[in-house]
Parts: sequence; C-alpha cells; structure tokens
Amino acid sequence: MTRASAQRERVLDSVGPAAPPRSNGELVFQAPWESRIFGLTLALHEQGRFQWQEFRERLIAAIAGAEASLGPGQAFHYYACWLEALQGLVDAKGLCDAGSLAARESAFAARPHGHDH
Amino acid sequence: MSEHEVDPLALRAEALEALLSEQGIVSADAIDAVIEQYEHDIGPMNGARVVARAWVDAGYKERLLRDGTAAMAELGFGGAQGEHMVVVENSPEVHNVVVCTLCSCYPWPVLGLPPAWYKEPAYRSRVVREPRVVLAEFGLVLPEDVQVRVWDSSAEIRYLVLPERPAGTEGLSEEELAALVHRDAMIGVARVEAPR
Repeated sequence: MTRASAQRERVLDSVGPAAPPRSNGELVFQAPWESRIFGLTLALHEQGRFQWQEFRERLIAAIAGAEASLGPGQAFHYYACWLEALQGLVDAKGLCDAGSLAARESAFAARPHGHDH
Repeated sequence: MSEHEVDPLALRAEALEALLSEQGIVSADAIDAVIEQYEHDIGPMNGARVVARAWVDAGYKERLLRDGTAAMAELGFGGAQGEHMVVVENSPEVHNVVVCTLCSCYPWPVLGLPPAWYKEPAYRSRVVREPRVVLAEFGLVLPEDVQVRVWDSSAEIRYLVLPERPAGTEGLSEEELAALVHRDAMIGVARVEAPR
C-alpha cells in the first residue's frame, strides 16, 4: 500500500492541488530577471564558486539594509536584495568587479529600442 | 522616463549574467536548467508525498520525525537548501508554524521556492510576535488551549510541518491523501481539510 510505483509517482506529480508550484496560488518570480539571477546564483553555487552560507550572510545584510531604509508606502523588493547580495559576492570572489558591471549596465542602457533583450 | 525605460535591476541582472557568461564562468544553459528544475520538478508536491507517506506508514513517520533529512532522501528528495531537514508534527494540542526571520530559508527540495508573503518583512517579524493573529489572518483560528510553536529556519536547519491527517480520510489511498496536502499546511499557516 505504501509502495508507490514509478507510474503512480508520475501521476502524482501532475495532478491535485499540491501539484506544480505555479498552480499553488502565485507565481514565484515577479519578473524574468528574478528567475535569471536565481538560476545564476544556484548555478554558481553548484560549481562550488562559494559556500551557500556566504551568500546567505550577504542576503541577510541586504534585506536588513532594505528594511531599515524602507519609506512609508514603499514596497519591499526581495529580489533586489538578492541581486545586491549576489553582486557583492561575485565582486568579492573576483568573478565580476563592480566597475565592469557598471560599464556593461551603461552599455545595455544605451541600446536602441527594440534591441534591449 | 520614456516608455522604453528598462527596469535598472533587470539591466543589472542582465549585465551580470552577460559578464559571467563571456568569461565562461556560467552558461545560459546551466541557468536555464536550474530554473526549469524549480519551475517544473521541485515543488510542494514533493512535501505532500512525504506527508502522505507519514500518514499511512507509521514506521516511515517515526523515521521522518527522528531524521527528516534521511527519511526524505528515501523518497528521493534532498540537495540544495534541504541539507538538515527537521519535521515538526501538529497534534490536537500543538500547532507548528515555520518562518525565517532573517531572510528566506525554506525547505526547497520538498516545497519548492517560498511564496512572496513568506519573504515579506511583515510575516517574518509578526509571526514571531503575534502568531495567533497572523494565523487568523490566514484563516486559521486556533483554540486558546492549542499551543503554538514558531520555528525559525536558518542556514543549518529547515523545518517542515507535518499537518494532522483530517478526519474522514480513512478510506483514501496514499495518492489521494497527497493530493489534499498543500504548501500552506506544510508551512503551518493552514490545516489540511478533508475532501467534501
């Protein structure tokens, strides 16, 4: 009774209210870039570029900073904190320095309309 | 601001990915693979299967409460963000609810990624201070004599709530039970209800 066959497991994965995350009430990501930096962070971690704890410490600091400076009526933006944490970490690890990043951002910002993706 | 103004955070994210990609540090394919995995393969259904198994198999439940990490690995769940899993059991006397007060630690391998409200400052601070009020806002009003335990997740320990099996589900199969179990019940902000 408790031994689920592989086939039953496949069925379970696709049906019922507990099935896919996207049918569980809300989208996990609010914008495509949020999923990109999430994937980027995990891919770097899987390569052993950093310990998860190193990222987490920076994320905690970024969240604390964002909360402290949140004005009335301003929305908290979780993935902005995530991006700040990742940026600081890749800089500290010598993978991508802040100057190069700023230069590339400016270059991307100056792209003609319709060439921004 | 022109109508073509691009979100500066989106630009920064794109620039970061481009720079790392050009250096050969990470590929777009590797990033795609991670996103694909979290959007399609990893989600609350994994946790629901753990819960349903514990409901029908007393031996499994005992192992799950003793060593959550190992018992989840029996079903093939583990890895990033789920290294030390602790399962806390609800009962008529005790209700458990999970939070991460500092950031957003969450048992990814069995619940997928956390919902937006789990990451919001309001939930993270208030569920510790006034758990009954917050739970009531989720629609879960607990009797005064039920003890509420709030578990603060960390990098080291991720918690999963084992909800109470609803009455009237004695005739259901493990698969049917798993279909009743939803994300919020495993965070502890809801109960599992019997099918009507």
